[in-house]
Amino acid sequence: MTNPLSRPPRKNPVERTRQPTRPPALRSRRALGLTAAAARGTFELQVCQECEAVQYPPREVCHKCLSERLQWQAVPPKGRLLATTTLHHSNDLYFRERLPWRIGTVRLDAGPVAIAHVHGDCIDGEAVRLALKLDRSGQAVMIALPNKPTPHMEDDKTLRETSCDPKFRRVLVTDATSAVGRATVKALLDAGASAVFAGNPQPWKKNAAFDALCQDERVQAQALDVTDTDSVERISRSIGGKVDILVNTADYAREGGILSGRDIIKARDALDVNCLGLMRLAQHFGPAMASRASDGVNSAVAWVNTLSIYAHMSLPTRGMWSASQAAALSASQCLRNELRPAGIRVIHVFSGPIDHEWEQLTPPPRVSPSAIASAIVRALQAGTEEAYVGDVAQEFLARMQDNPKGLERELGNQA
Amino acid sequence: MTRRRASYEGVVATVPVTIPYVRYSIHSAHWWLGRALAELIRGAGILKDDVDGMCVSSFTLAPDTAVGLTQHLNMTPRWLDHIPMGGASGVVGLRRAARAVQAGDADIVACISGDTNHVDSFRHTISQFSRFAQDAVYPYGAGGPNASFALLTQHYMRETGATREDFGKLCVAQRENALRNPNALMKKPLTLQQYLDAKVITEPIHLFDCVMPCAGADAFLVMRQEKAEELGLPYVRILSTIERHNAWIDDPIQIRGGWSMDKDELYEHAGVGPQDIDFLQAYDDYPVINFMQMEDLGLCKKGEAPQFVRENTFTVDGSLPFNTNGGQLSVGQAGAAGGYLGIVEALRQLTDSAGACQVENAATGLVSGFGMINYDRGICTAAALLARGLS
Repeated sequence: MTNPLSRPPRKNPVERTRQPTRPPALRSRRALGLTAAAARGTFELQVCQECEAVQYPPREVCHKCLSERLQWQAVPPKGRLLATTTLHHSNDLYFRERLPWRIGTVRLDAGPVAIAHVHGDCIDGEAVRLALKLDRSGQAVMIALPNKPTPHMEDDKTLRETSCDPKFRRVLVTDATSAVGRATVKALLDAGASAVFAGNPQPWKKNAAFDALCQDERVQAQALDVTDTDSVERISRSIGGKVDILVNTADYAREGGILSGRDIIKARDALDVNCLGLMRLAQHFGPAMASRASDGVNSAVAWVNTLSIYAHMSLPTRGMWSASQAAALSASQCLRNELRPAGIRVIHVFSGPIDHEWEQLTPPPRVSPSAIASAIVRALQAGTEEAYVGDVAQEFLARMQDNPKGLERELGNQA
Repeated sequence: MTRRRASYEGVVATVPVTIPYVRYSIHSAHWWLGRALAELIRGAGILKDDVDGMCVSSFTLAPDTAVGLTQHLNMTPRWLDHIPMGGASGVVGLRRAARAVQAGDADIVACISGDTNHVDSFRHTISQFSRFAQDAVYPYGAGGPNASFALLTQHYMRETGATREDFGKLCVAQRENALRNPNALMKKPLTLQQYLDAKVITEPIHLFDCVMPCAGADAFLVMRQEKAEELGLPYVRILSTIERHNAWIDDPIQIRGGWSMDKDELYEHAGVGPQDIDFLQAYDDYPVINFMQMEDLGLCKKGEAPQFVRENTFTVDGSLPFNTNGGQLSVGQAGAAGGYLGIVEALRQLTDSAGACQVENAATGLVSGFGMINYDRGICTAAALLARGLS
């Protein structure tokens, strides 16, 4: 039985804030295949394409037949816990602050033996399932989990440290007035967030749905315009030390390619919100979050950017907007690497066309705002780094992996 | 069946040397290895240039290897080897050097091992110990060898019924032996109760199950018997040796080592049996591995080491003298020199130079090595049967 976490008490400002440390991050290039799988939330190992032997730890050639044709693919994550131990001593600063720490030896049904972090509810000698998770260094680790879910299992150290669970955390939703923003606020509250700061870029504009949302005592409205550096700075000075998770939902979406107009006003506005807005938020909220990345139960933990799949490849009918999304993705990749040393995870949630007012003329299927909201919460809870929401996004991803040039042509045919 | 191996007839090991261990050293590995070589040539009464073969083991010599050491020490060997096998390095160095001398590729081989220990060097050594350790062990709590052996120990205890008292008995006996050894870093007696009450490090490993990393060096010479006689050096004959790497790959967790693949051939080749040995110097970075060596080298049946331990005393003057200088658990683990500790002690025992640790009438000894937790288990195993030189 996992001891459930309790809501952290008000922070004592006189006490030392635990400095962010991270577990050992060094890996061979080949081992980064595990990191890729963990970022997506899948369990993949190298499998020999000639003799089907499953490899672990990652190898350069097959350990059985020496073939070089090793491919990362899904492998059943089942196994048996052969031995466990609880560390009361560690050579690493990150683990020293988190002792005692349980690890074990797991024999996978697929063959290999893995040293793994072991969830407190796993029983020595019994069957377990393995999961690949990103640890605070951003690298993949194996976690042995009980075969069946147990009460409060997400509160065990192994999972709390590898996820970004909103439970008992305070979240800033940068634009909570949009359909996606409002759905996100609700989903975060349902997931146990202790407070949500609801950004409102246009406080002068009446928004009944937003006002209703702010009736909840856990929701605090904040006048926040990501295109206004003063506004971002003002809010960061007020609440920056309390933001554990930042979800950037600000988006400026408009129709139109590049040749369809005679000016770049729309393009500039889109860049100002989608890319420069992200940079303003990063510069004002990032450092404070990074300094609080090991600050107990409600440590700063994640930054979510909601992006369009067209960040990967331009949708010509919305070419200016696509360009701003691509710029935002690039900025976010930079931010991901800049926040990684502190252990703050940057999550990308990609969606296809959203079922809201700016996509009136887009044929279905469109993604509902609540589907995006639950994908955000799921990614936080599971500790993944990338999510593709809805059928359009999933298909887009498959086509992009299959034939990117073909996808580029076909996107141009959509009128 | 493989062809019968040639004997080691005519090749001997001599001049066991230890540069006294210290907990921490501000010197580098080169200093320790250089001191060991100096002691070897002083002890043998030869010149540096008479040493025409060199065999080196060290973890902290980086970025150098044996190659860099030749220039550092201004040596011109015609035979050079670098053995990165941790606890198996001593026996493996001996058998490599013996064949080189036997074949005439070298006349006098200096086998030297040593490591320094700075306040922070242990952490550096283990964080990048091997690629598998870096990718798939160290990120899991960074417990180092304590954690790896905790898993093996926990499993061994469950499978065989070994208790902490059994492990404790061996550790206490080794400490008793260490009190006779002025070079042992552990100088206080240890009782079984103190052993049992020690703080937990990584369950079921407690404080006195762990070796203490330190700095030091050990070394010996290998040469032809006539050469040793000409120099007037007491020497030790090599009856047989074995080595094996990555044995039992289908065992999901280590409960036996490579010795068990080769022990029958070892005794047959040597012409002696396990009942003939007067002492055992085993590689003892953790007690569980001592138990596996007793089983896998045929001193008792597989899984019966706990009973075997209950039936013997292991002290210098008792039944089956074991790690007669105190072993690494009581002397300290000077990196790769830990793989030489047993062999230099065996050479002393068989040349009557073991001082207060001397086992009366010791004529035949068994030395065993175990090294390199590359991933989930120790990979390198080796053993040598040695006998007192004819006089």
